[in-house]
Amino acid sequence: MTHIDLARSLLERRRLLAAAAAFSATPLLAHGQGTPAPAPAQQLGGKEITVDGARTSPIPIAIPPLAGGGGGTDSLGREMAGVITANLQRSGLFRPIDPAAFIGDAPADTPNFQNWKAIGAQALMTGRVESQGGDRVRVEFRLWDVLPGTQIQGTAYSTTLGNWRRIAHIISDVIYERLLGEKGYFDTRVVYVAGTGPRGRRTKRLAIMDQDSANNRILSDGSWNALTPRFHPTRDQIAFMSYANNKPRVYTFDLASGRQQVLGDFGGITLSPRYSPDGGSIIMSQTRGGGSDIYVVGASGGGGRQLTNSGAIDVSPCYSPDGSQIVFNSDRGGDQQIYIMGSGGGGVKRISFGRGQYATPVWSPRGDFIAFTRFGGGTFSIGVMHPDGSGERILSESYFVEGPTFAPNGRVIMFCRETAARDSSGGGYSARLVSIDIAGFNERPVSTPTDASDADWSPLLA
Amino acid sequence: MNVKTFGAFAALALLAACSTPADTTSASATGAGSVIGAGGGLASGSQEDFVANAGDRVYFATAQSTLSGESRGKLDAQAGFLARYPQDNVQIAGNCDERGTSEYNIALGQRRANSARDYLVARGIAGARIATISYGKDRPTALGSDESAWQQNRNAITSVR
Repeated sequence: MTHIDLARSLLERRRLLAAAAAFSATPLLAHGQGTPAPAPAQQLGGKEITVDGARTSPIPIAIPPLAGGGGGTDSLGREMAGVITANLQRSGLFRPIDPAAFIGDAPADTPNFQNWKAIGAQALMTGRVESQGGDRVRVEFRLWDVLPGTQIQGTAYSTTLGNWRRIAHIISDVIYERLLGEKGYFDTRVVYVAGTGPRGRRTKRLAIMDQDSANNRILSDGSWNALTPRFHPTRDQIAFMSYANNKPRVYTFDLASGRQQVLGDFGGITLSPRYSPDGGSIIMSQTRGGGSDIYVVGASGGGGRQLTNSGAIDVSPCYSPDGSQIVFNSDRGGDQQIYIMGSGGGGVKRISFGRGQYATPVWSPRGDFIAFTRFGGGTFSIGVMHPDGSGERILSESYFVEGPTFAPNGRVIMFCRETAARDSSGGGYSARLVSIDIAGFNERPVSTPTDASDADWSPLLA
Repeated sequence: MNVKTFGAFAALALLAACSTPADTTSASATGAGSVIGAGGGLASGSQEDFVANAGDRVYFATAQSTLSGESRGKLDAQAGFLARYPQDNVQIAGNCDERGTSEYNIALGQRRANSARDYLVARGIAGARIATISYGKDRPTALGSDESAWQQNRNAITSVR
C-alpha cells in the first residue's frame, strides 16, 4: 500500500504553529484479515447510507477514548476522541453514543462487537496513541462496521504532539467519507472579521480559527479596519479589504510571514476580492463615478483587466469552481440581483427572479449551487439556488443575515447573523457566525471569542 | 428537501417621503459635541465653524444617491463656506443604514460621497480640495435599529481636514 504523504499541508501548519510538525499516514491491515479492509464506502452492515438518509436518522457511532500507553498519551487519547466526537456530532449526520452507555473497557485490538451492538452502535472507532520518544507520537485508528464485525478502515499516523488536533480532524474526515461516501470538511479553517468596540465605531480585525473554533488567532492589530478576508486555494494567503491610511483597498496577506501588500494600483476603492480556482488571479470591484466595475488582477497585482462596465454597482464577484464563469451582484436593473457571466466578461445573464433583492453570491465548491443573501419585506435570508437560477430554497431567515460561505464539500454553509439594537445606544446589537446544512437543517451557532462576520471557509488540503 | 418559504411578504412600506430625519438636533447627529450659535466663539473656517454654519451632512433615501432639493441647499451652504475659506480641504464620507449587505453598501456609500462631491465641484469648488471615502454601514451615527436611525445613517458627511 502506498504511504500517504501529507507533507504539503504540513508545510503550512508548520509555519503557522512555528513548530516542526511532520506526519505521515500508513494503512493498517485489518485484524484477522489478510488484506486491507475491502468494505466499500456507504456500506454499513450491508445497508446503504446516503447523506439524506443520515440526515433523517444520524448514524449511531461509538468513539471511545484512544488507548494511551501511559504518560501524556492517555489524556491525549481522550482529547482526540473528544475532538472527533464533537466534529461528527456538529455535522448533524452522526449520533455519537454517550460513553456512559459503553459496556466493558475500551477495546484493545479486536472489539467485542456484541457489546457495541447492544448499545445500538452501527459504527465503532478504536485507536491508540503511543509515544515515539521526544515529542513524536504514533496515532493508530480503526473504523469498524459493527453488525458484520468487519474493519472498514485502518490507518496509523506518525506526527508531533503539537499536531494532535489536526490528526483528530483528519480522522474525522476519514470517518465521514468512509461512512457517507463524500468528502468531509473537518481539517479546514475559517478566516473571519472579529468585531469589537462601540457600535458606532467598531474595530474590525482579521482572525482565523479551525472550523471547530479552536486555535483562534487575531491577524491584524486593528489600527485600520479590515473586511472580507478570502482564502487562496492553497490556504497560505488571503485577500481582504483594508482601510489602511484611509484608502480602502484590496490587499493580500501572507499567513506565514504576516506580510501584507496592496493589490494593484487603482484610483477608486477596491473591494470584494476572490481568488480564481487556480489561485493565479483575483477578481474584485473598483468604484468609479456612481458605480463600481469588476476587474481581474494577477494575484500579485499585475495585469488588471476590466470585465464589467455597466455604470451600475457591480460587486461580490465569485468564480465557478472550474473558473469558466463568474457570478456577481449588480443593481444594473434598478435593484440588487444576481448575474452570471463568462470569465472573460461577456454573456451577462440575470439568474435571480424570486421576491426581493439578492446579494453576496458564492459558488459551491461542488458546482451545483450558488448561495446568496436575499432581502425584502423587512427580513434577510440565506438561501441556495442552482447556477441556472432554478431550485431556489431559503435556509435561514431573520432580522439580518448575510455573507454565506461553503464548506469545501458543499454540504454546510456558514454565514453572519446580526441582531437588531433594542435601544438608541445600540444595546443588544450582535454579529455572530452560524452554520447550517444546505438542506436547511442543523443550524448551529459558531463559537467565537468576540463578534464575528465576513467568514470564508478554507478548502481541504489533505 | 426541507424547503422553507416565507408565509407572506409584507409590502415594503418605507417612510421615504422625507429624506431628512426628524431628529437631527442631537449632538451625535450633527457630528459636533455642542452646537454653538452662529459665529459665537468658533475659529473661522474650522470644523466646528463648518458644522455650525454650513451644516456637515446630507441625507438620502433607501438605496439612493440622488440629492434632494433640501440636500442641494445644504451643499450650496457648504460650497459657500469653502469659497470663503479656500485654505480648507474636506473629506466627504458616504454612509449607509444597516439594512443592506456589506460589500454593496461600500459601493453605495461611495456613490453618495461622489454625488455630494460632484455637486460641490459644479458649484465651483476645486475637485482637488475634496477627498471621498465610504464606510458602508460601519460608521453609523445613530445606533438604534429603527426607521429614524436608518434615515440618519444614509448620509454623506463632509468634514474639514
